Amino acid sequence: MPPTTNTGATSLHSESVRNDETKDLAAFSCPVPLPAGERILLGHGSGGKLSAELLKNIFLPALGNPVLNRLEDQAIVSLNGVRLAITTDSFVVKPLIFRGGDIGSLAVHGTINDLAMGGAEPLWLSAAFILEEGLPIETLRHVVGSMHEAAANAGVEIITGDTKVVEKGSADGIFINTTGIGLVREGIALSAAQARPGDAILVSGMLGDHGIAILAEREGLQFETAVQSDSAPLHTLVASLLEATREVRCLRDPTRGGLSSTLNEIAASSGVGMELEETSIPVREEVRGACEMLGLDPLYVANEGKLVAIVAPASAEAALRALQNHPLGKDARIIGRVTSEHRCMVVMRTPFGTTRIVDMLTGDQLPRIC
Amino acid sequence: MKYLDEYRDVKIAHALAAEIRRRSTRPWVLMEICGGQTHTLMRYGIDDLLGESVQLVHGPGCPVCVTPLEMIDRAIALARLPDVTLVSYGDMLRVPGSETDLFHVKAEGGDVRVVYSPADAVELARNQPERQVVFFAIGFETTAPAHAMAVLQADRLGLRNFSLLVSHVLVPPAIRTLLSSPKNRVQGFIAPGHVCTVVGMREYDDLVREFHVPIVVGGFEPIDLLEAIHMLVAQLEEGRAEVENQYSRSVQYEGNRPAQEAVARVFEVSDRKWRGIGPIPESGLRLREKYAAFDAERLFDLADVCAEEPRECISAEVLLGLKKPTDCSAFGTRCTPEKPLGAPMVSSEGACAAYYQYRRHLVTL
Repeated sequence: MPPTTNTGATSLHSESVRNDETKDLAAFSCPVPLPAGERILLGHGSGGKLSAELLKNIFLPALGNPVLNRLEDQAIVSLNGVRLAITTDSFVVKPLIFRGGDIGSLAVHGTINDLAMGGAEPLWLSAAFILEEGLPIETLRHVVGSMHEAAANAGVEIITGDTKVVEKGSADGIFINTTGIGLVREGIALSAAQARPGDAILVSGMLGDHGIAILAEREGLQFETAVQSDSAPLHTLVASLLEATREVRCLRDPTRGGLSSTLNEIAASSGVGMELEETSIPVREEVRGACEMLGLDPLYVANEGKLVAIVAPASAEAALRALQNHPLGKDARIIGRVTSEHRCMVVMRTPFGTTRIVDMLTGDQLPRIC
Repeated sequence: MKYLDEYRDVKIAHALAAEIRRRSTRPWVLMEICGGQTHTLMRYGIDDLLGESVQLVHGPGCPVCVTPLEMIDRAIALARLPDVTLVSYGDMLRVPGSETDLFHVKAEGGDVRVVYSPADAVELARNQPERQVVFFAIGFETTAPAHAMAVLQADRLGLRNFSLLVSHVLVPPAIRTLLSSPKNRVQGFIAPGHVCTVVGMREYDDLVREFHVPIVVGGFEPIDLLEAIHMLVAQLEEGRAEVENQYSRSVQYEGNRPAQEAVARVFEVSDRKWRGIGPIPESGLRLREKYAAFDAERLFDLADVCAEEPRECISAEVLLGLKKPTDCSAFGTRCTPEKPLGAPMVSSEGACAAYYQYRRHLVTL
């Protein structure tokens, strides 16, 4: 620190700036990048760039095979002529119970949706519980009851399970893993690698509800909102869509990392660009307001009952109608199209006619939302 | 959304942009001070609307970006102490110190918490009397009142386990440094509306008198910024240099007196080092002697934690508006938000990050 030029209370005159400090501005600079991380950060679970790095650097080199390497939301394998979809997902949401659902219903819906995004009809689920010592039995009863109700409403059965208990402090109440098995009919082949220039990009409804509903109940952030989680099973919506058109190239549910991460993943898998119309993207007024207040972008906020569909241009209108005719898709919109320009990037046309990038989430916007 | 959509109106934006283009006889070089303003300009592509009529350069008003390396190292040193809970705004966790960042310290077991309000840090100190709670108090005049209130509240509660690691900076000394530089090419400033909401406009009058440069206090929405640019261009074309207030729905000439009083009670002006710029005399705040008990730098032995900023990126020139982020050879290739070379790439309010996040499709990397 240089010697101070102390000129009293009204001291902020130009004399107090030493000229030699401004002569060689380029001499002042910034630090070198951090060495590659040696530990897991929360951001590794965000579904964004750090998660993708884990896949690329740790999981695929060790575990990769042709089915896993596809990196779809579910694996599809054939057994004696029967096409099976298999998926698994763990749920660590905090708080356990939130507006519009709880960890139990979420664990059922999330896995059903991962099956549905492969065009599968979900049949069976497993449920594995990791419980923390001291958890009130009543909370567990509530969560399990909610799982039963969610599964029954969706027409799936929970046919096997497991329970482990860990010491207090080694978990946070309840963690649940569910695995799902479904049937994929012949002729259905959805993949994130199939988007083609000209295809339409559709979303099935209002974005960001789940993330904001969770956030509103977080410690240190509590705010009043009418927003409920959109947690819902999407397999019947998918069935209606696939009945209306077979020209659906890809389905994804924009959960962690929100719409931006999902679209960036599809763009990268297919080697295409995407162009969105900002004015077409459906976001509830309350969600927009909460995002403004918290400095979040709704495109990065999680959904648990919405899907993104990439559809061939000729079938886009039919697909839109099919979605809108279903109760879970009544707010569906066409939000943009696939392009051959700026490959592997998602670009948004602003209301002002200018464009900006919609990048994948770096790090963590909201931890433990699912 | 009421009170926001009015300031994002497409027709008004296009009309203002057309008027700026019509009015401007040469590409005036204007600087928006605040990182929030930079973010809006990039997000909405305002620079594209204006074409060649003005050249926008981005100022040092990103609090995360200008917090010096050694303060980040000090925060990291504190977070590693077993009995300390380090509380911070979220953006600070990713800012690289000399060797690591707070995210990594958290992963190593350091107790690092993120809050939206310093009042939550006071609450944390109340609820865990056995731990020392240190709040990393960074920012400009905007965050200073809340930090002052946190200290006053902790004092009232008689807390002995709450302190601030203060790294507060002030806008006018930075503008003065910039205008005094022989390399300066900025011809007009959009002053930061939130800062002026707190401190008022008097200090900006002094700057105009001293340097004969137009300053318009501006807001943060697209229409706010276009209006402010329009007002600056009008001043420049007419040869005027005045302080004008575009953000009158929030800023009053005198500012927010109770907030100023709270700051003056708790803090006093001091020298500060700015990351990427260097030391600027009397450009920041420190806790007054009376509140020394709440000063983490006095409670903990941190004097040894020093850091020299290595010569690596051009952030100094970016922060002072001499270069655009895209002028940097590392931009978007060796320097990205995941692997930032310099602080302006870290925070979403940083000029480099704003370019990277919203505009990199328009440049060839």
